[in-house]
Amino acid sequence: MSPMARIALEPHATPPDLIRNFCIIAHIDHGKSTLADRMLQITGVVDPRAMRAQYLDRMDIERERGITIKSQAVRMPWEVDEITYCLNMIDTPGHVDFTYEVSRSLAACEGAVLLVDAAQGIEAQTLANLYLAMENDLAIIPVLNKIDLPAAQPEKYAEELAKLIGCQPEDCLKVSGKSGIGVEPLLNKIVRDLPAPVGDPDAPARAMIFDSVYDTYRGVVTYVRVVDGNLNPRERILMMSTKATHELLEIGVISPEPVVCKGLGVGEVGYLITGVKDVRQSRVGDTVTNASKPGAEDLGGYSDPKPMVFSGLYPIDGSDYPDLRDALDRLKLNDAALIYEPETSVALGFGFRVGFLGMLHLEIVRERLEREFDLDLISTLPNVVYEVYLDDGKVITVTNPSEFPAGKVGDIKEPVVRATILAPSEFIGAVMELCQARRGTLLGMDYLSEERVEMRYTLPLAEIVFDFFDALKSKTRGYASLDYEPAGDQVADLVKVDILLQGEAVDAFSSIVHKDKAYAYGLMMVSKLRELIPRQNFEVPIQAAIGARIIARETIRAMRKDVLAKCYGGDISRKRKLLEKQKVGKKRMKMVGRVEVPQEAFIAALSNDAASGGDRTKK
Amino acid sequence: MPSALPEGEPAPPSGELPGYAVKALGSAPFGVYVHVPFCSVRCGYCDFNTYTLTELGVDGASTGTYADVALREIALATRVLGPNAPTVKSVFFGGGTPTLLAASDLVRVLDGIRAAFGLAEDAEVTTEANPDSVTLKFLQTLATGGFTRVSMGMQSAVPHVLDTLERTHDPDNVATSVAAAKAAGLKVSVDLIYGTPGESLPDWRTSLDAAIALRPDHISAYALVVEEGTKLGAQVRRGQVPAPQDDDEATKYELAEQVLGAAGYSWYEVSNWARTEADRCRHNEGYWSDGDWWGVGPGAHSHVGGVRWWNVKHPNAFAARLNAGVSPAAGRELLTADQRYDERVLLAIRLVDGLPIDDLRPEGVTAVAGLIADGLADGPSAMRPRRVVLTLRGRLLADTVVRRLLAF
Ligand SMILES: Nc1nc2c(ncn2[C@@H]2O[C@H](COP(=O)(O)OP(=O)(O)O)[C@@H](O)[C@H]2O)c(=O)[nH]1
Ligand SMILES: C[S@@+](CC[C@H](N)C(=O)[O-])C[C@H]1O[C@@H](n2cnc3c(N)ncnc32)[C@H](O)[C@@H]1O
Ligand code: SF4
Ligand SMILES: [Mg+2]
Repeated sequence: MSPMARIALEPHATPPDLIRNFCIIAHIDHGKSTLADRMLQITGVVDPRAMRAQYLDRMDIERERGITIKSQAVRMPWEVDEITYCLNMIDTPGHVDFTYEVSRSLAACEGAVLLVDAAQGIEAQTLANLYLAMENDLAIIPVLNKIDLPAAQPEKYAEELAKLIGCQPEDCLKVSGKSGIGVEPLLNKIVRDLPAPVGDPDAPARAMIFDSVYDTYRGVVTYVRVVDGNLNPRERILMMSTKATHELLEIGVISPEPVVCKGLGVGEVGYLITGVKDVRQSRVGDTVTNASKPGAEDLGGYSDPKPMVFSGLYPIDGSDYPDLRDALDRLKLNDAALIYEPETSVALGFGFRVGFLGMLHLEIVRERLEREFDLDLISTLPNVVYEVYLDDGKVITVTNPSEFPAGKVGDIKEPVVRATILAPSEFIGAVMELCQARRGTLLGMDYLSEERVEMRYTLPLAEIVFDFFDALKSKTRGYASLDYEPAGDQVADLVKVDILLQGEAVDAFSSIVHKDKAYAYGLMMVSKLRELIPRQNFEVPIQAAIGARIIARETIRAMRKDVLAKCYGGDISRKRKLLEKQKVGKKRMKMVGRVEVPQEAFIAALSNDAASGGDRTKK
Repeated sequence: MPSALPEGEPAPPSGELPGYAVKALGSAPFGVYVHVPFCSVRCGYCDFNTYTLTELGVDGASTGTYADVALREIALATRVLGPNAPTVKSVFFGGGTPTLLAASDLVRVLDGIRAAFGLAEDAEVTTEANPDSVTLKFLQTLATGGFTRVSMGMQSAVPHVLDTLERTHDPDNVATSVAAAKAAGLKVSVDLIYGTPGESLPDWRTSLDAAIALRPDHISAYALVVEEGTKLGAQVRRGQVPAPQDDDEATKYELAEQVLGAAGYSWYEVSNWARTEADRCRHNEGYWSDGDWWGVGPGAHSHVGGVRWWNVKHPNAFAARLNAGVSPAAGRELLTADQRYDERVLLAIRLVDGLPIDDLRPEGVTAVAGLIADGLADGPSAMRPRRVVLTLRGRLLADTVVRRLLAF
């Protein structure tokens, strides 16, 4: 008999012991989305004809980049021993930028499928996600995926996995998300091994928000996991951290399209619609309760998203500024972590200082602004947040190098992270060398097997967030993986390096860097700008300076000739058209004092290889 | 590959001009340019609209039939410009290599122009010439027929520079040809090119000295422009030949000014020097000072009373149009007042007399003081005769000056 359930259980009337809430956790590309697709198909919630790859990864950008940004929850029926169960699969985002959202998704589950590519073995995100799952007391089902690959070594990695979580190698299931082998046994095991949710059905309602998404037609769609009591349509609900109350206009489950239901009871997962238009009114991590009969305590674990990386975003065409503001206002509705405030740059005009969770978040926001709102943008070099202690005891939070106080300052603190790096043991030296160059402190090292080690480091966030991963990959021939999480801050010897054109600082190029790296940064920027800025009618010195001290200098020599001295006969139209083209080109020039800098020079100097980017393919 | 035509509106098949343009005729000197689109070989740097005979094939336009085709366009010009067309003050045969036509054909075309519009008593009649393609007899025929001037493509006196330019002429022939032209009673100009990859400063000095030694009446010195679509352009793009350097060209321009000045030649346009005012090329001056002219020949450009137009490029297409009684014009522009102003600033600024300050718009007047302060415009000339006149530095940076006068 087919294990596909004949009749799915009714939401609201599902006994908690027939519910299994689980997530799939994996290193990127180990096959999480593919496995989820297969589950949708095998449980019958998606018609085979409607099936498309990465069914749950909804946003275009996600689909193109093959990454999961927003989590989703799907309710699937599954029959074991003639009993129909309800499985809620919660898809978690897989990137360090979204660790907080991952942790909330995990908190909504009782168990996790730990998926490991049988051709790759354990990677850094496997570990990071596993630790997060263990912190949330989840039961773990170890699974080796992609066993259909000729290069798969399921036996070998079963050993590794077993050692890691303390089970027997035989306990590791072997599946192929691609072909479907082993997926039915996996679903059975989820039912048999994972604990059912427990909660008090008679207590005041308490449900945790693990995702909150803005939908153009419906307003904010809030995903919740009910812990105690139940939620019902038309009642008023209270957000315990913000104290806001809303009417529950609609309640439902995702299967995998939204299905309206009569309510949600203990252990159930579903969505709420209240008509609010801004995800800030329905925040991930918050507890939803009944307004007339509120729970005594929230479920805990709520914290405000904290931007880690800041960058200035400017429209290339200054007249697009209002459009940029509107676009950010719109994106904000769907992104509780996005913060921004207007800022002015002498060089770039009017724009915004925008805070992001990390580089991927930055790239996604930027790409959406350009793609969905048709804007052309320049972004300044991203920076982390610094705390500068002044002699009078005041503390300044610096999110933009231009706010860095001039003159003498006391301590400067920078954020640090705890990084986990996994690499074949032959690369230990290379990894150590890299981490040392990035001001890292080794915390510990463990051999996962004879040939693979886990190294734990404290590293300044500023050293890791921009190009560290690329450097790591190239030093380990692509074999290392990386994960990290915030770990407070530390005092460091930091300075602000200014870049001056003809004696005028170009605010967009200022950067806060460690003292030992100031010279390299200065030199890199001045030589780059020397290539990028066209010659002017006068000599233009380009300098890098710390305060009044010049640390690097280049000169753009004065242009001596621009006239076209060739015989053009009577073809005057051609000459005039050249002039008209220059007129148009002039609009794309920015003035720094008397120096004309083409937009392209700013873009090229800022979108650079040395100080940013590269994080998107983190593995 | 010859240079591309500009974009414009289609020109009417009749060649007809707007009434206002025809009415304006006579307010500026009127000239005729005759383009002769043939060369025996194509020089590596050249993107002028010219073809070798092998490129054209046997049944297309040819040197033998070209004069008749040109005369057909002159007939069209008389119809279009009407009975009030002014007398011609200057004629310029350019190319290509006009001297690939028989001297009698060149004279026949000139006769046609004279018959059509009348030729002023003191008219300047020039032909460009390749040093290899003229003889004394040839030049005498021209002089007798009414030609007054010949412009010789010398380019350089240094063999390795001529090689890089792929000039095939024999350097010794330049002196012979110039002497012959003088003997025939013609005024002489020579063209030089500077900035060729591999040309040293002493090489350039050698060419300047050699040109001066010929005692021509007029010298043009052009900075080498690497044009897309030429053989030189491809070599530079592939990195086989280094691109000319602006700084090097600036130094060479300054050397030219110094050496030519010392030899008695004064600049009157950015790239042109003449012994006396009478030795300047009046035809070319017309281009720079808003004159009217009819350009005869494939790809030739014309200007009459604020209308610019240009002919189809290919000699065969050109001949076919005229043979079918249709105007060879391919496109045209009816200039707006703003465009005419921009052009006037752009062109007049290149001349030794510069631009009257009173003709400038307010933003242009405002810019003058800054140009003087930056050493780009001459101070005294701005006071009297109240003109913006380029300094030596300003001549090299004329594009900057134009941008500042037009305030962008
Ligand atoms: N051969 C094989 N390839 C798989 C399997 N599962 C996933 N893949 C491939 O691995 C890549 C990453 O899969 P995806 O599901 O997007 O991984 P995610 O990043 O963990 O969501 C894709 O190219 C999949 O087609 C499998 O079981 N076998
Ligand atoms: C229209 S061309 C024809 C002259 C004639 N066919 C000859 O080459 O002797 C006139 C002059 O333009 C100059 N010239 C042609 N191509 C040039 C280039 N790419 N850069 C600078 N000057 C150029 C040469 O000095 C040439 O003598
Ligand atoms: S001879 Fe003159 S027109 Fe002909 S290809 Fe050479 S430079 Fe050009
Ligand atoms: Mg995925």
